[in-house]
Amino acid sequence: MAALTAIWKKELADHFTSYRFVILFALIAMVSLISAYMVGVQIRAAQDQLKPTFIFLMLFTEPGAMFSLVQFVAFFGPLVGLILGFDSINRERNEGTLSKLLAQPIYRDVVINAKFLAGLTLIAVMMASILLVITGLGLALIGIVPGAEEIGRMLVYLIISVVYIAFWLGVAILFSILFRSTATSALAALAVWIFFSFFVTLGVGILANALAGSPSQDPRAAQRKAEILRAASLVSPMELYSDATAAVIDPLRKSARSTLMIGPMEAISMSRFSGPLPFGQSLLIVMPYIIALIALTALCFAVSYTVFMRQEIRSL
Amino acid sequence: MGAVPVIETEELTKVYGDQTAVDRLSLTVAAGEIFGFLGPNGAGKTTTLLMLLGLTEPTGGRVRVLGLDPARDPIQVKSRVGYLQENMGFYSDLNARQMLAFVAELNGIAGGPAAARIDAALAAVGLADAAGKKIAAFSRGMRQRLGIAELLIKEARVAFLDEPTLGLDPDGTLRIMELIQGLARDRGMTIVLSSHQLNQVEKICHRVGIMIKGRMVAQGPMEQLAREKFGLGSEQFTLEEIYMKYFLEA
Repeated sequence: MAALTAIWKKELADHFTSYRFVILFALIAMVSLISAYMVGVQIRAAQDQLKPTFIFLMLFTEPGAMFSLVQFVAFFGPLVGLILGFDSINRERNEGTLSKLLAQPIYRDVVINAKFLAGLTLIAVMMASILLVITGLGLALIGIVPGAEEIGRMLVYLIISVVYIAFWLGVAILFSILFRSTATSALAALAVWIFFSFFVTLGVGILANALAGSPSQDPRAAQRKAEILRAASLVSPMELYSDATAAVIDPLRKSARSTLMIGPMEAISMSRFSGPLPFGQSLLIVMPYIIALIALTALCFAVSYTVFMRQEIRSL
Repeated sequence: MGAVPVIETEELTKVYGDQTAVDRLSLTVAAGEIFGFLGPNGAGKTTTLLMLLGLTEPTGGRVRVLGLDPARDPIQVKSRVGYLQENMGFYSDLNARQMLAFVAELNGIAGGPAAARIDAALAAVGLADAAGKKIAAFSRGMRQRLGIAELLIKEARVAFLDEPTLGLDPDGTLRIMELIQGLARDRGMTIVLSSHQLNQVEKICHRVGIMIKGRMVAQGPMEQLAREKFGLGSEQFTLEEIYMKYFLEA
């Protein structure tokens, strides 16, 4: 435990003083502030005409200039995790500090755990402070105090986001164990990120079309297609995250995604009865997604442990 | 010398793929002894040290360090054994005091006792003035001395020093060798030292072992090795001459 704390403290200090973190944080803070500001201005302008419920959460879900904050985190959050972790083990190996560290009376898994925890702390601090800044900005811009439920939803959103970014940190640490060169591990991690961001969504759509058949000939094909898409989304962290946050931060959403294709008339008649989902029900909807994200992270860790335990630690 | 073996290996073997790095090594080092571990680069010295520390798993054979099996009780072994590696891995962003505090914490020493030990260790290796200086600005000699300070912090009973004089100037080499000698003499530390500075090894080591291509070709006090190679009454031969004789024959 003492060793874990010692490495955790050192890693955290390293992170906070590194240019890498400063640049990353500045970039993310800038983008989220700008988008939150633009959304805030839009909401203020629209406030008189329509009176939407949960106006505060719209700061996060409404696309301002280009994308909403939620989309931004879904897309670029992984980069934060990857950048924090891609060289965590192999840089130490290359600099010869890994064998120094492991020559001390500590277990090998403590090194991985401490590095992961340090990254996790940093991610949590980063996300919490961005959320707080946006909340403050929102208060000033739209002049509405968030209710208890809205604060609760924001907290859950914060937790999901931290878990999501932490998953990518786990992936990055795994690659830093698998590859000796930091450049290779960075590239490999980026490749995985690009794969899951662009290709999985695309590929699964094509796959589902091919497997399910045409909905115009068989009405059940549409349902089959939706089932395939949902099954595939369980292995795509980005989909898991989008689905999970959508239900939490947008109370008007009843399910993580629409399984039905509805026409304009049905949509109108449905919207007449639509009210916000209670907080507890939203939580129930997102729970499986959070658990799936944690399971994926645990999987990364299992592989990391197994590989790292049996690895040669020589820097040569 | 003391009869209690601190390090004992029998038929210790390490195979990487189709290459045998260490071939049936049998080695005994007694308590308080300075053992000079000689051999050309790539002979398997570092691999042997890593196996003694439990950082590399042996392919075959038996190892005991302080009566413990490093592969089974790595934590026990590593809390009693200090290792100074060849390329001196230091976190160069830390200063000397921070580095030692980190090592102390990893060894479960914290608070007041740690601060006192750090001060004492820095003074003992002559780095008290450079305590607040970043390691990035340290010379090679200072880094080596900082490494020795680490051994003092954890109060190691055994120290493995891999090429501690590599790339040092003559003055720095002398200083490190004196420090090492002091560790054994004043603190009763058992030391395994690998080095290419044969004249220095000759001065401070009680016994030497010569390892070539993974095999220990000779082991014992220098006079004995000289007698084995050059016959009786050959104590005047230097270690360098003995070493070269073994090397050329292997």
